[in-house]
Amino acid sequence: METNEDPIMRKFRKELNAGTVSLVLLAILDRSAEPLYGYQIAKQIEAGSGDGTPIKQGTLYPVLRSMEENGLLESRVEPSVSGPPRKYYSITVRGRDVLGDWKRIWATTCDFVATALEGNGG
Amino acid sequence: MDRTVEGYLAELREHLAGADPAVVQDALYDAEEYLRSALAEGDGTPEGFEAVVETYGTPDEIASAYLETERTVTRALRPSLPARVEQRPVLLRFFGIVADPNAWGSLFYMLLALATGIAYFTVIVTGLSLSLGLLITLLGIPIALLLIAVVRAVSLAEGRMVEGLLGVRMPRRPRMVGAQGDIWTRLKSWFTDYRTWTTMLYMILQLPLGIAYFTLLVTGFATSASLIALPVLQEISGQPLIQSGGYSYVLETWAYPLVVVVGLLGMIVLLWVVKGIGKLHGAYAKAMLVGGFSDQTAARV
Repeated sequence: METNEDPIMRKFRKELNAGTVSLVLLAILDRSAEPLYGYQIAKQIEAGSGDGTPIKQGTLYPVLRSMEENGLLESRVEPSVSGPPRKYYSITVRGRDVLGDWKRIWATTCDFVATALEGNGG
Repeated sequence: MDRTVEGYLAELREHLAGADPAVVQDALYDAEEYLRSALAEGDGTPEGFEAVVETYGTPDEIASAYLETERTVTRALRPSLPARVEQRPVLLRFFGIVADPNAWGSLFYMLLALATGIAYFTVIVTGLSLSLGLLITLLGIPIALLLIAVVRAVSLAEGRMVEGLLGVRMPRRPRMVGAQGDIWTRLKSWFTDYRTWTTMLYMILQLPLGIAYFTLLVTGFATSASLIALPVLQEISGQPLIQSGGYSYVLETWAYPLVVVVGLLGMIVLLWVVKGIGKLHGAYAKAMLVGGFSDQTAARV
């Protein structure tokens, strides 16, 4: 990723990410058949985003943590050979419900933004 | 930047200076998990490390992400309660303690402290004496390791309890000292981490503290409750119930409401005392179980 990006672009990107990251994380954990730990989740996001991840992967962790606190995710800790014990996250029933709601909101937002942009362009 | 995981963690810690120690511990834990996982897949060159940091985020980016999340979480957990409470009149605030979840949380914690105190004390005394006594037969070493593993688990569990009942922010992850490499280096870091020893001390002190808390609660509650019940009991039994130095005293009828009011006030005051002790114990638990997370820890490992 570019490091000396225009500050205005960076700010816009950061604000966009603030809302979408939780949605993306929930969706990934919803699709996954087994619990994932932070690094795996980060890699999945990287794989799905084509050229350059738009977010710093380290910022995913505090989001995961706060979603766990809100009862959307649950976790268990398992030891690992390569470093500290890993925290495996999985989605809760409540998380699934919330994801459904969020998807609907996201769809409306997309439509709204698309309409607004088309209106400006044409 | 120092191109090692330790260097990165030290820098992250610097950027988080002044933040809640529990947040610092969580942030360091997450960073270490990611960096070690990523490096295990990489080629181990300095350029590889740079690339990993580039994807993960530089220490100051990560630090600000944690601080921001913590601010929003804290705001959601405690929605500007102090501001609202301050506006109420003093008398209402004094009696409002009966609806204060912190006071009841502390009360429950203080009752529980006797049970946890006995358990902690037993574990530490048994573990220490067994491992020291059997050290000469080498059997003491696995027992000592087991004891320290238990101490670390208790540190986290007690932290959750303190956060739940006393409302002090505590870590949500087990503590990582930052030792890398094979299992032996990491085991060694358990012994050099001063918090292993302060946690042990905390567990031992929990017994006398638990006894003191329990005694205070029972005495305070019994005194207030008997004052409240005294008029009723005296009417029913028709006996002089106050006895002192071989003399018995009858409570005059006019003093009935007075005694009941004093008993009720005693209960309220007890709740305030309990809340205060809860606050003190929370701060003490944080100092002993989490510590200040100073940089010397990283330097030593």
